Amino acid sequence: MNVTLRVWRQKNAETEGRFEEYEAKDLNPNMSFLEMMDVVNEDLTDKGEEPIAFAHDCREGICGTCSCMIDGKPHGPEHGVATCQTYMRSFNDGDKITVEPFRAKAFPIVKDLVSDRAAFDEIMQAGGFVSIRTGAAPDANSIPVPKEAADLAMDAAACIGCGACVAACKNASAMLFVSAKAGQLNTLPQGQPEKDKRVLNMVATMDEAGFGNCTNQYECSAACPKLISEEFIAKFNRDFTAASVRSWFAAKAL
Amino acid sequence: MNIFHTLFKTSIGKKIVMAVTGFILIGFIVGHLVGNLQIFSHPDKINEYAHFLQSLGPALWLVRAFLLLTVVLHIGVAIALVLENKAARPQGYAGQKTLKASYASRTMRYSGVIVLAFIIYHILHFTVRITHGSEAYPQTLLHGEVVADVHSMMVLGFQKPLVSVFYLISVGLLSWHISHGLASMFQSLGLRSRAWSSALQKLSVVFAVVYFLGNAAIVVAPLSGMVKVQNPALLTSAGQPCSTDCQVCETRVAKN
Repeated sequence: MNVTLRVWRQKNAETEGRFEEYEAKDLNPNMSFLEMMDVVNEDLTDKGEEPIAFAHDCREGICGTCSCMIDGKPHGPEHGVATCQTYMRSFNDGDKITVEPFRAKAFPIVKDLVSDRAAFDEIMQAGGFVSIRTGAAPDANSIPVPKEAADLAMDAAACIGCGACVAACKNASAMLFVSAKAGQLNTLPQGQPEKDKRVLNMVATMDEAGFGNCTNQYECSAACPKLISEEFIAKFNRDFTAASVRSWFAAKAL
Repeated sequence: MNIFHTLFKTSIGKKIVMAVTGFILIGFIVGHLVGNLQIFSHPDKINEYAHFLQSLGPALWLVRAFLLLTVVLHIGVAIALVLENKAARPQGYAGQKTLKASYASRTMRYSGVIVLAFIIYHILHFTVRITHGSEAYPQTLLHGEVVADVHSMMVLGFQKPLVSVFYLISVGLLSWHISHGLASMFQSLGLRSRAWSSALQKLSVVFAVVYFLGNAAIVVAPLSGMVKVQNPALLTSAGQPCSTDCQVCETRVAKN
C-alpha cells in the first residue's frame, strides 16, 4: 500500500515549524506505524536528507515513549493502542496522513515529532512515590490489600505516562495522568501516610508546569492507549478537596 | 495552605468554585421556575408570592447580594480558566478530532455569555421594570392593598413574540449549559463514579429538558392565548366591560 505523509518538521524549539509531505510507497499493511516511519527515514537518509525525528523505545506498548498526533488523534485511529502498535492496515491505500507532535505549553517541541515530556517527571518527583521500606520478599504480603483496592490500583498503574491525555485534551490538561499516578498510590494502604502531601504537591507542580484545567469532557480517557478511566480524576478531585480541607485546619509546625 | 489559595489559585480549586457556584445557581433557577409556574394558577397566587418576596426588605437584598456574588465568582473563575486553558496550548493542531466531548461541553463559554446577556435583560424587564412603558407593569388589589400585578406583567410581556422568542432561545441555551454543567459538577467535586456516570449524564440531560419545558410553558402560554390577562382594570380599559358571567375572570369579579 501507498500513503502520503504530511509531517510536522521543526529543527528545534527556537525555530518555526512547518508541514512537509512525503510519499511512503510499497508498504506492508502489517507494518507498524513506526516501522513505516523507519522506511520513510531510510529513504530520506539515502537521499541525503534529514530523517524525521520521532520518539520511540520499546515498541510493544508499555514504555510510553512513542507519541504523535496522527490525523488529529493521539496514537492514531485505533482505540486503546499506542502509536507503536498501530498498524498500517488501520489506514487505507492512498490515505493522506497528518502527523504532528503532542502540543502543549508544558510539552515544548524538541525536534519534528518529539515533545519534551519532562514535566511529567517533575510531577512524579513531587509525589508519585511512596517512602517506605520495602523489606524482603515475604514482607510484600505483610500488609493486607483489599482485592478491590488492588484491582483499582492496578488499573491506574497501567498508565504508561505517554502524554496522550494532555495531547487530546482541548485544554492540554494533565489531570488523567496525575490522577492515575496519584490514584494508584492513594488506593493502596502503603500510600496512605503521604496521601495528602502527595495530592497537594502533585497539583502544585502540575499547575506550575503550565498544563490547562480539566473541563470534564473526557477526551483524555477516550484517547488513552491504556484506557485509564476518568473516574480517577473524580477520585483525585475528591482526594484534593479532602487534603485541602485538612491542610486548612492542620496544626502549625513548631 | 489557606482556603483562598486553594480555591482561586489551584486548578482543581477553581473547578470546585465553578461546581459549587453552579450548584447554587441551579438551585436558584429551580426555585425561580417553580415560583413562576404559579402563572397557571389564580393571579392572586403569584401576585401574593411576588408581594411576599418584595416585602422581605433587607433579607431580599441579602439574597440578591449572595446571588450576585455567586454569579460574579462563576463568571470570574470561568474567565480565568478559559485564559489559562488557551495559554496551555499556544500552538494548536492542524486538525484535532473530537473523540467524546459533547457539543454542550465545548460551547459552555458561548452559551454562558449569551445567558449572561439574557439575565441582564431579564432583570431590567421584570425586576427593575424599565424595558417597556408603564402600561407593561400594571397594579392590582390584593387583600385591599395595591400591589404589582405580576401575573398581568408576565402575560403582557410574553404576548410580544420578539420578547418571547428571545426568552425561549436564552432559556434553551441555559438548559444546554446545565446539561453539561450538572453532570460536570459531580466530577469536579469527586462525586461521580463509574457505577452511575452514565445515569448521571442522562439525568442531567433529562433535568435540562424538563427545566426548558417548564420555562417554555410559561412563555408559550401567554403567547398562544392559553393564559390571559385577568386584571379587571386592564380588561375594562381594553374595552371589555366586566360582567358577572365573564369567562375570563369570573371568580375574580364575583369575589370583588
